[in-house]
Amino acid sequence: MPQLEPWSYMSQIFWLVITFITLYFVLSKVVVPRITSVLEARQEKIEDDLGRAERLRVEAEQVLEEYNKALDDARSEAQGLLKQSAEEMAAHAANRNEAVGADLAARNREAEGRIAEARRQALDNIKPAAAEVAAAALAKLVGGTPDQAKVAQAVDSVSAESQG
Amino acid sequence: MADAEHGGGVHSPLEQFEIKRIVPLDIGGLDLSFTNSSLFMVLGVAIASAFLILGIGRGALVPGRWQSMAELSYEFIANLIRETIGPEGRAYFPIIFTLFMFIFMGNMLGMIPYSFTFTSHIIVTFVMAFVVFVGVTILGFVKHGAHFFSFFVPPGAPIWMWPLLIPIEIISYFSRPVSLSVRLFANMLAGHTLLKVIASFIAVLGVAGILPFALVVALTGLEFLIAFLQAYVFAILTCLYINDSIHLH
Repeated sequence: MPQLEPWSYMSQIFWLVITFITLYFVLSKVVVPRITSVLEARQEKIEDDLGRAERLRVEAEQVLEEYNKALDDARSEAQGLLKQSAEEMAAHAANRNEAVGADLAARNREAEGRIAEARRQALDNIKPAAAEVAAAALAKLVGGTPDQAKVAQAVDSVSAESQG
Repeated sequence: MADAEHGGGVHSPLEQFEIKRIVPLDIGGLDLSFTNSSLFMVLGVAIASAFLILGIGRGALVPGRWQSMAELSYEFIANLIRETIGPEGRAYFPIIFTLFMFIFMGNMLGMIPYSFTFTSHIIVTFVMAFVVFVGVTILGFVKHGAHFFSFFVPPGAPIWMWPLLIPIEIISYFSRPVSLSVRLFANMLAGHTLLKVIASFIAVLGVAGILPFALVVALTGLEFLIAFLQAYVFAILTCLYINDSIHLH
């Protein structure tokens, strides 16, 4: 049985020690630090990415909130503008109504004035004619010449009555 | 023995374990020849180093297949140590990783036909087991001083049982290097011998040789499993011994 031949023992032990120590140094000085750093870098990267994802999520929520707020603001602003312009238009319409009403009233009054004036003039113009007619009628009816002044006075009082 | 080697000739199933000098070397009367055993030790170390160093490469963030395997072997041993020893075990990672890779490579290279399995030699496995034994014993005394002797007293045992239990504990402690080395050596020896014996029937039986052939194929698969398992067992027992030295019970 080759396992029990002592001549090979020293050689086997010698090479076992040399190769084992070699592998030990290769693994502990090269392989282990390398794999450790790779695994750590990966772990860091994963944690980093998770952190960034969380940050982005928070940021997105914030942006959404801001957007909603801006939307609300714009909506209320639009409503304000709508209300304001409705009020303005109502005020404008009222103003114009009033102005037109005032204008119409003024013109009305003016027209009434003119009518009154025309009437007075017409009456004034008619007065001498009426006095004459009255005098002539009186002369025809009564005969003689009536007092001009009294006739005129009588016509005046009658026209004042009718105008009254 | 002599009969099996010489009388059996080419067909001896033990011939595969024979040590052959490749480069004779004699230093101070000691025969330190470079043998086929030495060759496979060197090959194992070279392949393990290349596998791990080239596998890790530049250390890509997203590993390829090869890098994954290198990382997997690292994490396998790291988990083994974390589960058996705990956080204090980190310091022993390089030695256990080396033990595992060395034995695993020895076992696996032995699976190549016409190759040599250096873990099938008791002297190799015994030296490794003895170094582990001496190492954990020194570790125990460094960590606990004379208090380490309390390891031989089972906790909770009544005092009148001590005269019986303490010798048993001491015997079991000192049989550790023997069981550790014989387990690996015997598994390798038995597996390879069995394969060789059954394989020798193939040619003899002619057409019926298909049966031993199928058996050899199946056993080869089993041997690959054992090659891994025995390296794993050696590593996990080393971890348990270190754990005993650190935490006593």
